[in-house]
Amino acid sequence: MLYLKLTASACAVAAISTTAAFAQSRDAIRIVGSSTVFPYTQAVAEQFANNTGAPSPVVESTGTGGGMQIFCGGIGESHADITGASRAMKASEFELCQQNGVTDITEALIGFDGLSLAISRENDFDWNLTLGEVYLALGAQVPVNGEWVDNPYTKWSEINPDLPETEILAYGPPPTSGTRDAFVELAMHAGCEELDYVANGGFDGDWVEENCSRMRTDGPFVEAGENDNLIVQRIEADPNAMGIFGYSFLYENMDKLKGVQIEGVEPSIETIADKSYPVSRPLYFYIKNAHRGVIPNLDAFIEEYMSDDALASGGYLSERGLVPLAEDRMQTLQGNVLNGQSMEAPAG
Amino acid sequence: MTDIPSGSVARTTMDMVRGSLSRRHRKQFILQALGITAISLAFLMLFILLASLISTGHKAFTQTEITLEVFIDPEEISAERLPRGNFDDVLAAALAADLPSVDPNDRAAMRVVGGILSNGAQFQLRDRVVADPSLIGQTIALSVPVSDPYDQLRKGLLDRETPESLRRLDDTQIAFYDRLIEIGAITSSLNTGLLTNADSRFPELAGLKGAIMGSFWALLTCFLISFPLGIGAAIYLEEFAPKNKLSDFIEVNINNLAAVPSVVFGLLALAVFIGWFGMPRSAPLVGGMTLALMTMPTIIIATRAALKAVPPSIREAALGVGASKQQVVFGHVVPLAMPGILTGTIIGLAQALGETAPLLLIGMNAFITSAPATPFDSATALPTQIFIWADSPERGFVSRTSAAILVLLSFLIMMNAIATYLRSKFERKW
Repeated sequence: MLYLKLTASACAVAAISTTAAFAQSRDAIRIVGSSTVFPYTQAVAEQFANNTGAPSPVVESTGTGGGMQIFCGGIGESHADITGASRAMKASEFELCQQNGVTDITEALIGFDGLSLAISRENDFDWNLTLGEVYLALGAQVPVNGEWVDNPYTKWSEINPDLPETEILAYGPPPTSGTRDAFVELAMHAGCEELDYVANGGFDGDWVEENCSRMRTDGPFVEAGENDNLIVQRIEADPNAMGIFGYSFLYENMDKLKGVQIEGVEPSIETIADKSYPVSRPLYFYIKNAHRGVIPNLDAFIEEYMSDDALASGGYLSERGLVPLAEDRMQTLQGNVLNGQSMEAPAG
Repeated sequence: MTDIPSGSVARTTMDMVRGSLSRRHRKQFILQALGITAISLAFLMLFILLASLISTGHKAFTQTEITLEVFIDPEEISAERLPRGNFDDVLAAALAADLPSVDPNDRAAMRVVGGILSNGAQFQLRDRVVADPSLIGQTIALSVPVSDPYDQLRKGLLDRETPESLRRLDDTQIAFYDRLIEIGAITSSLNTGLLTNADSRFPELAGLKGAIMGSFWALLTCFLISFPLGIGAAIYLEEFAPKNKLSDFIEVNINNLAAVPSVVFGLLALAVFIGWFGMPRSAPLVGGMTLALMTMPTIIIATRAALKAVPPSIREAALGVGASKQQVVFGHVVPLAMPGILTGTIIGLAQALGETAPLLLIGMNAFITSAPATPFDSATALPTQIFIWADSPERGFVSRTSAAILVLLSFLIMMNAIATYLRSKFERKW
């Protein structure tokens, strides 16, 4: 049984060496979180590693919710230092953090991301939709002649005679995506509230949330997966199809795609920054303050993220499509984050 | 005339045979035609896949570079402040010397000029100066990659006919490019960075080194765990275990394990290795252990098949001359079964190399700009790197994704070729 002995001792050696390795301190920063914040964090991480020669931070795209689960898992080297989020931390997530001993968190609002509705440049029509029209085209249930019924519209011209007589077809993200959450909240809910039936019917916010959150499933809205590049390719191929994705993807593909104007406003860095473009969302990241000064280089990394080079307009993050904060807000933010100001429990 | 009845029977049988002949020929022909159609369709699919990968991917195997005469200005870069210094300004100044239309004091114009170069150029220059500080004050020739839009322009992926406002490069920038082409500063070379660089946000700098090293460490771990355990389990089950209900039950379970979707193993690893044992996320070690869980059933099944294929006469002869059971197994049966075992193992490892889902769950899809030096460092693997690149908004990653798939495919073909070679070289016919 020499063979078995060999195997057993090999296993033992492997086990000892792995435990030894875990005992070593972690020297790379670990970042998780939203796929929307991911490209920006990537850019900072690369710049940081190049500038300082420190071990490159490990940036993982887990989605906002998944990132919060990992981030709030506890304090210590096996838990992430920073998480990115395409919405503010929820009260339930803050609770989870508190329970696991993550009590001192700094919140950083780094800028905004516009959600764009885009269409191929081969489509000649000058698209300009109201949020109400977007809702009527894509909502699961809509009012028709004073009745709340399943969405009967199949052509844009049925919603508004001024729109072209083409089939409604939009590719968008699946429900697991932060982009979808943001689109439902910012476009669908707002569009639903705009409708005469809802506005005059005396329905409140809860009713809207309950009845206007579902996208239609009878064909015109197609869930195209988390990969925004796939949506871009699909709508390049079909000039009548629209796509829903983050502004950075429209920005990178401006030669083939054009943004659909919402309420008469074209999505652009300027209109998203001054809030005139209605479908934009804030991007955050959260720092575990207990890890500062413990994980090597974490402070230096945060300094790089907060530097004018990265955040200010014209900085390298805005080159990637991040819509930066106004000057004064940015300075307050830089001060707060560098001082490690602890966040309050979110409401609700 | 007694044979008339039998003759008539024979005739009717022959008639039946003859009558059905054309029908049977037709059936045979249809079967063959269907078989050929199936094969041609399969080949067509394969051809379409490869053609589309190569047609988009081949562009990533070359990289546009620019050769500059760089004067390392001691006013911008001083030996005391290294590794800090205004390397980007030095590079922009060197480039502006080739572009007479640019005023070196116009900061906005100089930023446009600096944008021709990849973001990595300044670090390339910095590393050279740090390695040899005596270069300060001298003029050196430097070949650096251009940034992605210019690379796309040279590869014809950026259309000059597009209206200016919609292009990534405006007319001035294209004029700069044309001028640099004219003086012969822009060249195209084999993109070795694709294999020697780690991942990057900038397509022109991004490479597969981190992913290849990550896959290597993960496969090594997978091999070290699954090979001894798999062979040990197979030898015991095949040669030593009593044939009873328990060993039947184990056999059924091993066969089932081989068919379990890999994502399930990923979830298991997430809960057990990372959750319970507190192992690090994104480490190739954990990836390799997860892949070992998947590969082990494949190895066990292949090993058992190879052991079964050794003729009983060998065992009986060895036992007949007085060898112990252990001597029979390790001295005769296992060596003869080795080619089959190795083939099975390599095919199992090739499967593991292409596996994505379990690695996504244990965080091996992180963005890391350095290659792992040990199996404990965070890393990506080849399939997860493809996954990350496919999801990147920059245009340059489209061709790099295809190129990465081609690299992965070539590794797989290589492993399968080794397996085929081993089999044909060492397999014994009984």
